[in-house]
Amino acid sequence: MNKVFLSYNNIISSLGFSSEAVVEQIQKEVSGLSLIKDKTYLPQPFYSSLIDNNLLNEAFESLGSPQNYTKLERMMILSLNDVITQSNLSINDRVGLIVSTTKGNVDALDADNSFPEERAYLSSLANSISNFFGITRTPIVISNACVSGILAVATAKRYIQQGMYDHVLVVGGDLVTEFILSGFNSFQALSDELCKPYDKDRKGINIGEVTASALVTNDIELLSEDAVAIIGEASCNDANHISGPSRTGEGLFRSIQSALEQSQISAKDIDFISAHGTATLYNDEMEAIAFNRSGLEDVPTHSLKGYFGHTLGASGLLEAIVGVHSLKNDTLYKSLGFDTLGVSKPINLITSTQKTPLRTMLKTASGFGGCNTAVVFKKHAL
Amino acid sequence: MTKESLGISSYIQIKDHHIKLNGKPLFSHEGAFSEFIKMGYKQCGVAYPKFFKMDDLSKLALVAADILLKHEGVQPENEENIALIFSNKASSLNTDRSHQESIQNKDNYYPSPAVFVYTLPNICLGEISIKYKLYSENSFFIFDNFNAEHLYHYSQSLMQSKQAEKVLCGWVDVDNDTYEAFLYLVSKNGSYEHTINEINKLYKK
Repeated sequence: MNKVFLSYNNIISSLGFSSEAVVEQIQKEVSGLSLIKDKTYLPQPFYSSLIDNNLLNEAFESLGSPQNYTKLERMMILSLNDVITQSNLSINDRVGLIVSTTKGNVDALDADNSFPEERAYLSSLANSISNFFGITRTPIVISNACVSGILAVATAKRYIQQGMYDHVLVVGGDLVTEFILSGFNSFQALSDELCKPYDKDRKGINIGEVTASALVTNDIELLSEDAVAIIGEASCNDANHISGPSRTGEGLFRSIQSALEQSQISAKDIDFISAHGTATLYNDEMEAIAFNRSGLEDVPTHSLKGYFGHTLGASGLLEAIVGVHSLKNDTLYKSLGFDTLGVSKPINLITSTQKTPLRTMLKTASGFGGCNTAVVFKKHAL
Repeated sequence: MTKESLGISSYIQIKDHHIKLNGKPLFSHEGAFSEFIKMGYKQCGVAYPKFFKMDDLSKLALVAADILLKHEGVQPENEENIALIFSNKASSLNTDRSHQESIQNKDNYYPSPAVFVYTLPNICLGEISIKYKLYSENSFFIFDNFNAEHLYHYSQSLMQSKQAEKVLCGWVDVDNDTYEAFLYLVSKNGSYEHTINEINKLYKK
């Protein structure tokens, strides 16, 4: 089977507008989260990583008129434009587009929003991005809760191996909106402090906003310096509960087993895990159980939610991209916010950023609906 | 990877007040969706008490999937590896509008977790997985229109890589007063060919 790679990539976040700029901040253990006091979002103050509108428009102006595009569209176009420019990819009928999002332009449902309600259809968002870049194939939207971003990478790989495309542009993004915050708040899942994944004092999640994008390709002529091979992937459901993870970590455990099997490697070959780590009691505990059942309890592990918050439909892709830079830089990045283990099974959290040789990464994500996805990446020596 | 030919063993349609399995009428009732789907649920013996707490998209998806899987003899005890690959146009917009209504007016602010949890289209896949003990892949895609090419390639990939034994896939859409479900089961043998043409033909029936 042909090898498929995750190649050129970009992150648009409060920490910067390129993957390199963002990873530089992570290297310095800087969080993109800050306390927001804005009642149009939520009655009480909350931590988030909002993208500054002025900075965004300044960066966007050379590409188009900001007023014609929603905030999320501007973020996605800016991100993809960087990937297309870096890779020099020519757009033809062998190029696909996958947009990963949970809520897209859901802010267009708000009576006070200047865009019409029709913009809330996810295909409208995808068409807007697709038309901007002149992509000829029908864009594909994945909306599968919090695994969407990493599932988009797995899907791109499958399509390329099926021969549907040679290259797939993958972009993931979600906004921080009143819609999302009020919902998570009704679940009492929001923390009023900086989130602390896996820590005994964790109080819940922070919601953040980013867009991330990457070129997934089978063409070795189109590989970036940091390109990695996507060597295995799988998704399995918990078949347990729609809003709470399985107590046995069943779906995540099965996803990891199946992804390892497809990769033809074993647990001992994994050099680090980029986990989901939302900092809710149930999620963190479920992951600890699944990692133990998989024999991965000693593998260095981090959650990046302490830097970005939970960025929903973008999170899996965002965190995979940071992981790609971990592999390239041979550096394990600290699991920010973690001090003392607060899960019932031991896991090996990265407590300080450190240089070490790295070859393989396991990326996992889990979400509402009981969904779980695991993807294995391997460094590609040019 | 072997390129064995796959088939479609059954398909189901729910639209315009009718439920049809493999082209044969099962149930019909003129009236609003809420009444129609509740009566269809009872008439077709779906039997899942959580049904009454679900949003309309999950109700539609669950009833369609249940009738088809039962017809195919799928039993929860067997924990079959059946992937669920669904798609639609409106995502969860119908429920999104309800959640938005609950937060639009600050003097009448009542967001509820019971509504919010259904503001994701893939929740209906979770419901089906729970009822049928399916620890298999769930993926939800959004398109402007029914996209047989996409579903075809995705199912082929899952079956050829042996990540699924069967794939239940199709379209479930609820948007304001309109609703439509079309699901079909891809397996190693079936009465219909698994081709893009055949999928489109069954969809348009």
